[in-house]
Amino acid sequence: MQGFTTVTGTAAPLLLDDINTDQIAPGVYLRHFRPDYAALLFGLRRYKPDGSDDPGFVLNQPQYRQARILVTGANFGCGSSREQAVWAMTAFGIGCIVARGFADIYRENCLKNGLLPVVLGEAMPAFEALVTRIDGSAPFTVSLEERHILAPDGTRFDFAISDGERHALLHGLDDIGLTLELADTIAAWEAQISATAPWQQNIPGK
Amino acid sequence: MSLTLIDKIWNAHLIGTRADGRDLVYMDRLVLHELHAPHAFSRLAATGRTVRRPDLVFAALDHTVATQPGRDDTTNPAGTDFIRATREESRNRGISVFDLGQDWQGISHVVAPELGMVLPGATHAVPDSHACTVGGIGALGFGCGTTELEHVMATQVMALKRPKQMRISLEGSLSPGVSAKDVVLHVISRLGLSGGRGHMVEFAGPVARAMSVEARFTLCNMIIEMGARSGLVAPDEAVFAWLDGRRMMPTGEALELALRTWRTLASDPDARFDQDISIDCTNLAPQITWGTDPSQVIGVGDAVPDPGEAGQRALTYMGLQPGMTLEGLPVDRVFIGSCTNSRITDLREVAALVRGRKVADGVRAIVVPGSSAVKRQAEAEGLDAIFEAAGFAWHESGCSLCAGANGDEAGRGERVVATSNRNFENRQGPGARTHLASPAMAAAAALTGTITDVRRLLGGGS
Ligand code: SF4
Repeated sequence: MQGFTTVTGTAAPLLLDDINTDQIAPGVYLRHFRPDYAALLFGLRRYKPDGSDDPGFVLNQPQYRQARILVTGANFGCGSSREQAVWAMTAFGIGCIVARGFADIYRENCLKNGLLPVVLGEAMPAFEALVTRIDGSAPFTVSLEERHILAPDGTRFDFAISDGERHALLHGLDDIGLTLELADTIAAWEAQISATAPWQQNIPGK
Repeated sequence: MSLTLIDKIWNAHLIGTRADGRDLVYMDRLVLHELHAPHAFSRLAATGRTVRRPDLVFAALDHTVATQPGRDDTTNPAGTDFIRATREESRNRGISVFDLGQDWQGISHVVAPELGMVLPGATHAVPDSHACTVGGIGALGFGCGTTELEHVMATQVMALKRPKQMRISLEGSLSPGVSAKDVVLHVISRLGLSGGRGHMVEFAGPVARAMSVEARFTLCNMIIEMGARSGLVAPDEAVFAWLDGRRMMPTGEALELALRTWRTLASDPDARFDQDISIDCTNLAPQITWGTDPSQVIGVGDAVPDPGEAGQRALTYMGLQPGMTLEGLPVDRVFIGSCTNSRITDLREVAALVRGRKVADGVRAIVVPGSSAVKRQAEAEGLDAIFEAAGFAWHESGCSLCAGANGDEAGRGERVVATSNRNFENRQGPGARTHLASPAMAAAAALTGTITDVRRLLGGGS
């Protein structure tokens, strides 16, 4: 995974709660073995049944076609655990999602793909209002290093993220590598459990 | 210190804490499925990593497999590459496949416990959000994405932040015609889609205790729909009896030892939960969804609420108006299946209702057993003949219409009563209108051709 660098770009408002991963990456597009992830993002909202763009959808509006930041509601990414719903974001060019809240698995999937999930807390209504007012006319900048978002008018929105998550994102740490540092501990645990709870490590009847 | 059952299971599988502060939790079992496995395999190959414990890993073929009788790899052409890649890579890496045509093919969440592969007090990883289903036997299932799947394959652990805990005590008792599905739909409507976020859930109370093991799977299956990561019902003698003699169960001394451990699996009496909720299930009516998420639920006789501006999209999509009742609304399709409600007890309940009756004209109704073992059992009991005589199609096992990924899907504007777990826009086909309900309610809709309170068919019929 690439390390996270600053994200600068327009912030697109999709201010709805409970957007699920079936909407973000619709199953109908995942039937292809190697789908076009950028194209399938919000596929059944972005396109009309005849395949043409729905001009009413935020990412189809000219000022948001290159959006790099998505601003959205509570419980974003609920439903299916499909990671394609994150890959579709990054393929489209989204580097940061600012939400009122994230579903747990979706947030995990973001972190594993260098997509920064941000929750602003109390400042969120003001941020939403600003994003709506700016309406894609000027870029926002997200700095993970500084843990803040800078609006085009200079307003600064601080956000919290744990040191561990921030460090892993900034350096693009290999998640598996991080765990394998403890490979000996895992092996020791397995040996001990085989002795005390043999049914856990040994499956008969395969 | 007093501990919850979830604490105990977590602690018993805690390997250590990683440099970034995450707990490494050992996964006793991992089940892959074909929609996500190929990608994870190719990433493992790209990094030259191996599967650490192929003996603890299984591959299910469920999401994309066709369910028509006589199906094979190519019946659903969109699934062929997924099925073949999963089969081939699993075999190359020493992972057992529950393959088409074999005894144990089926939906992973149905197959794992019925084989005795996942056990009480165990941890269980699946790259699928409904991993929580196995909470029905007192195991903790963890759904994950593709990158985490690759991580579990390579390390046999998951790196997790310890969630908070919630106890939901289900008080009272259930009336005839009301089942675990109604209970869990009601719970989700009470707590909301994100009411369980950041939590794991223990279901307790007399209603949970009185449920069959199959009903507990139904209950736990939908934990993810309220945003909770996982959850369970503490295992008891009913669970141990249910598991007895299953193919991958320990035997002899190992079983004795296991049972002694399993009998200790309960929260301490004074254990503290971050949230402790009590829900009275007495007088609960059969439940049904009116909208496009699983929290938009009403009793079957209730009026569709006015959800305000935020819910307008759902009403429009579903073709409904506030204040109307759902009862009497014509349905086009009925789907009985999915990891929520496709077990033998579900099929028996449906068969008892439809025996000697007919599916209404114009309704396409299918029964899709959750596993090949369920299918065989149903056929041994003659349930398939009852379904077919009533006009239901009887399918091979798989996910089918639940996610519409295998070629079974509803058409635009079609109204579906489904026993599955997600009524999201377009999930069961672009434009399809899904109402989630219990198997009994689905059967009632099939027989009458309209959304119907199943209690009208009880008692007097057949
Ligand atoms: S039956 Fe539906 S919810 Fe269950 S695993 Fe299959 S697609 Fe997922």
